Amino acid sequence: MAKRTPLYENHRAAGAKLVDFAGWEMPLHYGSQLEEHRAVRTAAGQFDVSHMVVVDIDGCEAEPFLRRLLANDVARIPAGKAIYSCMLNPEGGVIDDLIVYRRAATHFRVVVNAATGTKDLAWMRRQAGDAAVAISQRDDLAMIAVQGPTARERAQAVLGGELAAAAAALGRFQWLEQDGWFIARTGYTGEEGYELILPAAEAPTLWEALRAAGVLPCGLGARDTLRLEAGMALYGQEMDEETSPLAAGLAWTVAFDPPERDFIGRAALEAAQAGGQLPRSVGLILEEKGVLRSHLPVRTAEGEGITTSGSFSPTLNRAIALARLPAGEGDHCEVEIRGRWLPARIVTPPFVRNGQPRYT
Amino acid sequence: MSNVPEQLKYTKTHEWVREEADGSVTIGITHHAQDLLGDMVFVELPEVGRDLQIDVECAVVESVKAASDVYAPIGGEVIASNEALADSPELVNKDPYGEGWLFQVRPSNPDDLKQLMDATTYGELVAAESH
Repeated sequence: MAKRTPLYENHRAAGAKLVDFAGWEMPLHYGSQLEEHRAVRTAAGQFDVSHMVVVDIDGCEAEPFLRRLLANDVARIPAGKAIYSCMLNPEGGVIDDLIVYRRAATHFRVVVNAATGTKDLAWMRRQAGDAAVAISQRDDLAMIAVQGPTARERAQAVLGGELAAAAAALGRFQWLEQDGWFIARTGYTGEEGYELILPAAEAPTLWEALRAAGVLPCGLGARDTLRLEAGMALYGQEMDEETSPLAAGLAWTVAFDPPERDFIGRAALEAAQAGGQLPRSVGLILEEKGVLRSHLPVRTAEGEGITTSGSFSPTLNRAIALARLPAGEGDHCEVEIRGRWLPARIVTPPFVRNGQPRYT
Repeated sequence: MSNVPEQLKYTKTHEWVREEADGSVTIGITHHAQDLLGDMVFVELPEVGRDLQIDVECAVVESVKAASDVYAPIGGEVIASNEALADSPELVNKDPYGEGWLFQVRPSNPDDLKQLMDATTYGELVAAESH
């Protein structure tokens, strides 16, 4: 029996096409994935992401624990800020990617992927050992992402009063907490917006209020094409336990400074860096009509590579992909689709910024 | 509710076939098929003049979600393909039995048409798949 989020009945009522995602019955779209995608690029859309796993990590040793557990460094953020990080195994492979919010000196909130939640919690608890750290999974909470150029304004109108004013004052990657509601200026679409974490029982009312304010319900389909256009990595596609963040275009999320911080996977990453040329993480734009998918072979002057994610970009009106290629400088390659090698351009993601294509 | 026109013939792989007055047949994918695939973004059609073998894949329809093969419901020569789909693949979603047709074939063996499903049988197949 698939699990259902607190918004399941709202999805049903809105005519969602529901699919199994990591054991959850989730909306793929509510009629048209393309319309939902465009709503987020031009106005505002909302996503039920309550299947993601919220974990609170508290205790006087929480900070040293997270500084060892994560490749990015939580010492870099004050209370009220968030940071993106990978959680690595000792071989430097990615167990999961996550966002960690610092609530206070000794209190943190981490949001991890639904498909990896169980594995992540087991790993965290094993690494914590008998340290003074409490790790609590928060199944009592729901999570709604509101994204798009008008998302903040519309969400503020729904929040109203002091909470709206406080939300309006948030900088990027900042968050606030009030009466059990957690509002963060983060997202996974390349657009402005908030991610709201709130008690499960209050989620349907917020969802419907946002809808009434003109925020379009969007499914996991649009979420994937939006993050792809934004050049954002997806766990299981761009990186996994066999792929290091350095090979997945996520070197910017690894904090090697200070050198004495001994995070899990550090030695392996340093060895990989010393070992020579790392692969190149790039974006591809198909020059011909067609659709790129993941796991397609790519041919470059330097050798063979592979696409890690691919789809049709509604904003560029072309097929795009993220790909891992041998180190090199070239700006053209060929991708194999159904036995034919088609020309593609190599670009630097993101493909889209502030709703506008960066490439034609 | 899926739309299954009475006058058409169907395959278990969700193609529809319409017999034209001149003996040719027009082929497309059903309302149910386009609904499963979602927003169409690319259609690859067989070239005019190509000889199709029955039940062999001959076209590809791609939505944002996935690529799906189209199988020839009948053998024969391709006499037309719907060029409008190159720029407007969404016609397959909007009007799968009309402007969203895929290609036309002159059947090499018109008796093959008798193997196809009628609307009632196909409707039952769709209903069974939807539950």
